[in-house]
Amino acid sequence: MSTLAPSTAELTSRLDRDAPAVEVRDLRKTFKRKDRHAGRFARKRPWPALDDVTFTIASGECVAILGQNGSGKSTLVRLLSTLLIDDGGEARIFGHDVQKDASTIRRLVNRVSVEASFFKKMSAAENLSYAARFYGMGPHQTRTAVPEILARVGFPPERRGESMENLSRGMQQKVALARALLTSPVLLLLDEPTTGLDPRSKLEVQEFIRQVRSEHDATILLCTHDMAEAETLADRIGLLDRGRLLFLEPVEDVKRRFGVETLEEAFFAATGREFENEAQDDDDEYREVFG
Amino acid sequence: MSEFALETRNQLIGLFGIVERNVYLTKRYFLWDIAFMFWTIANTLTIVFIARAAALTGHLSASQENTLALSLLVGATIWAFLGIIFEFMTETVAWERWEGTIEYTFMAPLSRLVHLFGQGAFAVLYGLIRATILFFAVALFLGLHAPNANYGAALMLLALASLSFIGVGIMTSVLPLISPEKGAQLGFVAQGLMLVVSGVYYPVSVMPEWMQWIAKISPATYALRGCRASIVDGAGIAWANVWPLLIIAVLATPIGLAIFKVGERYAKRNGKLKRSG
Repeated sequence: MSTLAPSTAELTSRLDRDAPAVEVRDLRKTFKRKDRHAGRFARKRPWPALDDVTFTIASGECVAILGQNGSGKSTLVRLLSTLLIDDGGEARIFGHDVQKDASTIRRLVNRVSVEASFFKKMSAAENLSYAARFYGMGPHQTRTAVPEILARVGFPPERRGESMENLSRGMQQKVALARALLTSPVLLLLDEPTTGLDPRSKLEVQEFIRQVRSEHDATILLCTHDMAEAETLADRIGLLDRGRLLFLEPVEDVKRRFGVETLEEAFFAATGREFENEAQDDDDEYREVFG
Repeated sequence: MSEFALETRNQLIGLFGIVERNVYLTKRYFLWDIAFMFWTIANTLTIVFIARAAALTGHLSASQENTLALSLLVGATIWAFLGIIFEFMTETVAWERWEGTIEYTFMAPLSRLVHLFGQGAFAVLYGLIRATILFFAVALFLGLHAPNANYGAALMLLALASLSFIGVGIMTSVLPLISPEKGAQLGFVAQGLMLVVSGVYYPVSVMPEWMQWIAKISPATYALRGCRASIVDGAGIAWANVWPLLIIAVLATPIGLAIFKVGERYAKRNGKLKRSG
């Protein structure tokens, strides 16, 4: 791809494509948090965000991890993108250890999170150019690559110079996708990329993810709590519940295994709880550890 | 191109990216810059007018008044310059956390040294421009004259001191990473402490002895002493000011970087990087 940063291109060409794109074994991460019901002076207690999670993703595969708020999805994405240090187990991306070989991993991975995080006073084009510099793309490269990638995500050319703060949430999310793709990652981590989007923007983003899959040699890990989205986009679906990966299988196998018609029913069968019934409190408390 | 050359090239482009981003943001916040510049000039005038007030006692000649005013102006200018460097460095993390971009910066293949040095390089350039405007605006306003000023020597010394300031700034920039709010507050405390012991408007000798000891390890002490001597007395670059700055510069950046890495590891272990998703 013309947008490849030189060393990323070099690195990508040397990857062992037969190796699993992602290989996670007994991965653990525990945070400490206060139980808000235990009083103001309660001591912080360990809270397992990921509990011995093991799975692999093949090169070029799209895997969706379902789970509710606080289930550990974002922790998994952060561990794979070198933003957290695990408490045990290991994670490898195309054979490279995420902790020991973090600088290589950073060239291979990019991420889109639920919040399109940008410098709000800067324009879409400026934000993308800025992000591209970290991956070795100079001004002469971004001059053509940025308009190209923005056009591909359906971003109106006349709004390229507008501050991010003036753009709708859907537009911002498109720019976030463009930013992730600009660096040509071999592993794309999508952490609830369509949460909070209006139905039209959601469909556009999902369509673009499909397009990325068909046109690029990228492996996708999609973390979401949208079951329909997972079913539409992924080859296999996993369920992360309170830090434990309960299954990771093609959707039909999941339904067959639990003898159910829908993923909601499968969730109920696997956890004994309704998907909607998760307490929001858990999520809020969990988020405190990042605050 | 060899792998090393390629990586060096990529890191330099990354450094350029940090500087370029700050240029974009400065352009977007231009009116704030004008407002801050106005405030800094007004604040400096209130300090330099002290020389006029001292002259009213009748104990100062016109020449002594000019010398005192220049001396105060050099102090205020370097205070402003240092303030900018510390502000930029301390806010490296705090600012990105506020914008929500910190995780994207920390997961990018940019070395931390280049990341922080890029921030420092812009701060030095930006600080120099503002300090120059401040110095000449106040000098013109009050009709101060510095016939013997050796601006070249002052600038050289300031450039050398900037390396130390960036190193010390890197040490303080880690604080918001460890504790998001308290860290930024501690950054201001560190900045204030460094400036108060360094003889901004007075000789270091007027301070209690324990403060004079701290002054010895502050790069601002030597920058202030040297710049004041160059601008007020026209002195060249004195080795007595250069060697301490060289030693602090050589030590401060690696120590600052090591401290930052420890802080970054702590933040990654405890999930202290801002959750933006």
